[in-house]
Amino acid sequence: MKLEIRQLEKVFTTAQAATTRALAPVSFDVGDGEFVSLVGPSGCGKSTLLYLIAGLDEPSGGQMLLDGERVTGPGRERGLVFQNYTLYPWLTVLENAQFSLRLSGNVDITRSTSEAMNHIGQVYSLLDLMGLGEFYNAYPRHLSGGMKQRVAIARALANNPKVLLMDEPFGALDAQTREQMQEMLLLLSRHEQSTILFVTHDVEEAIYLSTRILVFSARPGRILREIRVPFGPERDLDLKLQPAFLRLKREIIDLLHQQQATDFDRCLLLHKLVQPKTIQ
Amino acid sequence: MRVGMSVNHTEEMITNRTEADAASPAAASSEELAGASNRPVKWFALRRDIPAWGYRVLATVGFASLLLGWDWLSHSGFINPVFLPTPSKVWHTTLELFGDPTLWLDIKISFLRVTGGFLLAAALALPLGVWIGSLKAVEGLLQPLTEFIRYIPVPALIPLMMIFFGIGELAKVMLIFVGTFFQLVLMVADEIRRVPYELVQVSYTLGAKPGETMRLVLWRAAMPGIFDALRLCNGFAWTYLVVAELIAANEGLGYRILKFSRYLQTPKIFVYLLLLGAIGLALDIAFRRLNARLFHWADTTKR
Repeated sequence: MKLEIRQLEKVFTTAQAATTRALAPVSFDVGDGEFVSLVGPSGCGKSTLLYLIAGLDEPSGGQMLLDGERVTGPGRERGLVFQNYTLYPWLTVLENAQFSLRLSGNVDITRSTSEAMNHIGQVYSLLDLMGLGEFYNAYPRHLSGGMKQRVAIARALANNPKVLLMDEPFGALDAQTREQMQEMLLLLSRHEQSTILFVTHDVEEAIYLSTRILVFSARPGRILREIRVPFGPERDLDLKLQPAFLRLKREIIDLLHQQQATDFDRCLLLHKLVQPKTIQ
Repeated sequence: MRVGMSVNHTEEMITNRTEADAASPAAASSEELAGASNRPVKWFALRRDIPAWGYRVLATVGFASLLLGWDWLSHSGFINPVFLPTPSKVWHTTLELFGDPTLWLDIKISFLRVTGGFLLAAALALPLGVWIGSLKAVEGLLQPLTEFIRYIPVPALIPLMMIFFGIGELAKVMLIFVGTFFQLVLMVADEIRRVPYELVQVSYTLGAKPGETMRLVLWRAAMPGIFDALRLCNGFAWTYLVVAELIAANEGLGYRILKFSRYLQTPKIFVYLLLLGAIGLALDIAFRRLNARLFHWADTTKR
């Protein structure tokens, strides 16, 4: 197993010492080369979980293992792609993608010339693969949203992370760009054989990209169901229209609707309680 | 989440250039100019740009109306010409003073005082501000203290300055230093805090240590804002010049104004005031130009 999550949970304490459980203890594994998506109603704690795994937030309990070793805090072996564009605006596309070479954690690469050349060659081919070949020297302010996000992905992958974490990376993009990005990510993940943990609220996106989907409940988030996506590694956008795809999509959407229904019922009840008074 | 989404959308719209545009930034900007001239210019759209020539014309109109108003007022007889000289009188005095080496000496010494105090303040405030903005613990230790000192009026410090630093150049430079340093520290710290936290987080996930993140990311990302803070503080430094030159000065623009006032030489006061304004404006423009050149990568639409 690549990544093992054991009873990881998160409880927030507010200023008034009230506690909110954002994430119930969850456990799951991500295997080598797997593409696992986390879907769930908004506010279910799936992004919180991703930040915990990235080490950007402290879990209230539980632990995580990467290649069998316990990890805490952030580290370069767990790359993260954010929903917002997080490129360094003062660096060009190429410099952004090579940013980690500036860091002391990479002395093993920068010390040997051949290793460094190797790494730089890898960055170039990564950028070419993502259609950024002509934009090496462009600054982020000149790039479209989709291109910025591609650079962010390239930057994370250039670091050779053991697992790539992605937090709704295409959430801010328009529908068309989104599909292009999905196709690109699909190709890229197969090509690089990356292990990816992907958070999204788009069920279609999750099915299209993943080998496995974890459906989360409403807050406090826990895993409702684990779904193995029955499609092979070769996929094209046409798949989204296949009956088997649509059936799976319906199944997951129904599951999510049941989760949101509880909230909705509460609203409805409140509405009924209030209404007689307003009529009088 | 929803708020975040909408922010992204506006950002998308601002930077939503086609890939062809991105390929050649120069072509993109010339295309923008062409696009602007095709559409009718909206002169009164909130926070929207107007053509550069229009801006210049309006600035000229602003200066010209001040000049005309002054001219009318000084000739109207409402005000004693001893208190308000006519523009032409000031102009002649200007020509006269420009031929006098005293004026150039005053400019030189005042410039050196201001710049000395300002550079000293910048040299110390920049690292300190970066630390305060980066670490809450350092902020707790130093920010309330800085805020407290900032509110002590600088002229009230003159006696202390004279006791500490005598009545020489050092006292004057130190007064300008005190006037700008505390402001600048807080402004720099604010600029560091304005850097999106995601940039810090993404750096951590790329393997950066906190020290590296501070040096390679926070400080670097805040640079355009910090440079702008320097521009504003240079302005403060010039305003403290007159205060500084209250301390046993024998030359300098501020000192000279005080001396002219003693002899009721209002035309000369006007010349020096206009000169101070012109120096300030020139420095301001120089700072802005340099900022645009050094930090061409910054998204100026957000400023």
